[in-house]
Amino acid sequence: MRYEMRFSGSGGQGVILASVIVAEAAVAAGLEAVQSQAYGPEARGGLCRAETILSREKIWYTKVIRPSFLLALTQDSLDKYAQNLAPDAMVMADAGLSLPACVDPARALMLPILATARDKVGKVMTANIVAVGAVNKALGLFDEAALTEGVRRHIPAGTEELNWKALAEGAALVTDEQAALFRRSL
Amino acid sequence: MQGNEACVEGAIAAGMRFYAGYPITPSTEIAEQCALRLPQVGGRFIQMEDELASMAAVLGASATGVKAMTATSGPGFSLKQENIGYGCLAEIPCVVVDVQRSGPSTGLPTSPSQGDYMQARWGTHGDHPVIALSPSSVQETYRLIIRAFNLSEKYRTPVIFLMDEIVGHMREGVTLPRPDELIINKRHISYHDGANKQCYAVPEGKFVPAMKAFGQGERYNITGLAHDVSGFPTNNNAVAGALYTRLMEKIGRNLDDIVRVEEYMMDDADTAVVCFGGTARAVMSAVEQARAEGMKVGMFRPITVWPFPEAQLRARLPGLKRVLMVEHNYGQMLLEVQRVAAERLPVGFLGRIDGTVIPPADILNKLREMEGRENAQ
Repeated sequence: MRYEMRFSGSGGQGVILASVIVAEAAVAAGLEAVQSQAYGPEARGGLCRAETILSREKIWYTKVIRPSFLLALTQDSLDKYAQNLAPDAMVMADAGLSLPACVDPARALMLPILATARDKVGKVMTANIVAVGAVNKALGLFDEAALTEGVRRHIPAGTEELNWKALAEGAALVTDEQAALFRRSL
Repeated sequence: MQGNEACVEGAIAAGMRFYAGYPITPSTEIAEQCALRLPQVGGRFIQMEDELASMAAVLGASATGVKAMTATSGPGFSLKQENIGYGCLAEIPCVVVDVQRSGPSTGLPTSPSQGDYMQARWGTHGDHPVIALSPSSVQETYRLIIRAFNLSEKYRTPVIFLMDEIVGHMREGVTLPRPDELIINKRHISYHDGANKQCYAVPEGKFVPAMKAFGQGERYNITGLAHDVSGFPTNNNAVAGALYTRLMEKIGRNLDDIVRVEEYMMDDADTAVVCFGGTARAVMSAVEQARAEGMKVGMFRPITVWPFPEAQLRARLPGLKRVLMVEHNYGQMLLEVQRVAAERLPVGFLGRIDGTVIPPADILNKLREMEGRENAQ
């Protein structure tokens, strides 16, 4: 079963890294994973999208065709990538954004990802790690060890506590009822 | 691991200890990783002022006996061509990585393409030998860059490592082989006695002269002019002709050693999908879907993309009814496939040049269309 995930936002928000962490957590959990990204020539501020494909089998085609999961941290990315989702797709977007009409609100989680990173974790740049925590809680993809291994490989020494807090705050944004609704077994 | 990282790790495993480059998307991670890793293994990294100087630095370093590499993308690959030709004629081993991106000029910097296929063959002027290899996965990138160094050392020629953005920027799980599992060619360095200045002489029946390392005691001449066996320029047409012929034949007579292909489900196939590099990922998926629909489709993938695997494709033609070329350009390897196959079979083409990746569904549709069209006749 091929599970296609798309992470989108503005360049500099760390959505590529979020997709890398999910992919590496998947490998740590014994799954096949392929990660790739698309962005414009500008280093900051441009529309940015990253893709992770998870499967128990060998993954041939490496690009997302119709994603079953979308993370969007900006209105531009939500509007653009909410098109062409798989029928059962789940959308996770920042609470400050407005959901396009094409998305069934019952299949969307609007979470205060950016505000949590800024106010509760204390650094807005941890928004991508907050998102990873929320994604994993909602979809129930990996156990904590695989997820923290995915994060640990990509954070500078000395920022561990900050990042574990970001993961925990992200997970806390998703209720158990929501997690039961969106749980995804691969 | 990312494809570009696997390229660096494989190169270091192959013994690469010098990198000169000028970073350019989508190859930049290769320069970044070399800057980090080479000092850790006693190597040298230098960021040069431009691509021309990078290529020159790589040739200079290699002449002193070090395995050397540079990496770039289309715009930089254009700039390196003059010195690649110098490396071909002066027979200086090195590996030139080109992570292809979309379009002529600066094009679409972050989008995939395979538009440098013909440039890898004919980018530098004059008749010259070329070896170019193209990986289709992160795992294969690691193994194949080692082979690129091995061939470069064995045949004393620049080897083009033709990646694309699909593979360079993709992350996959990889299994790194233990160092003792790898076969690494050492450079054949031979010092003559002081009286013997024939640094480009080859023994009877051989085509590759042994190398001497600059700065290790023996002085000799290296030039981009036609030269005699002493390495000094000559205007003697017979000598120049013999040199150029030897350069062509050192590759041309060793195709069995150099050329590699991957064939998937080809044994009973009546349709071959030909592709290279990252395109293979969509093709593999399409082949499996076509098989599920009862179509007898297989994949024929040149791993050595230059010299083109002519004999290997020709050997498959008697069992085939049609060939489909799929590549991310306007039809470049297509010309080679047509040259080999078009007299005997219909050759279809599916290409793309808008910077997006060809999805398996398009390949499947093209296969259905080709099969249907012929059945209707």
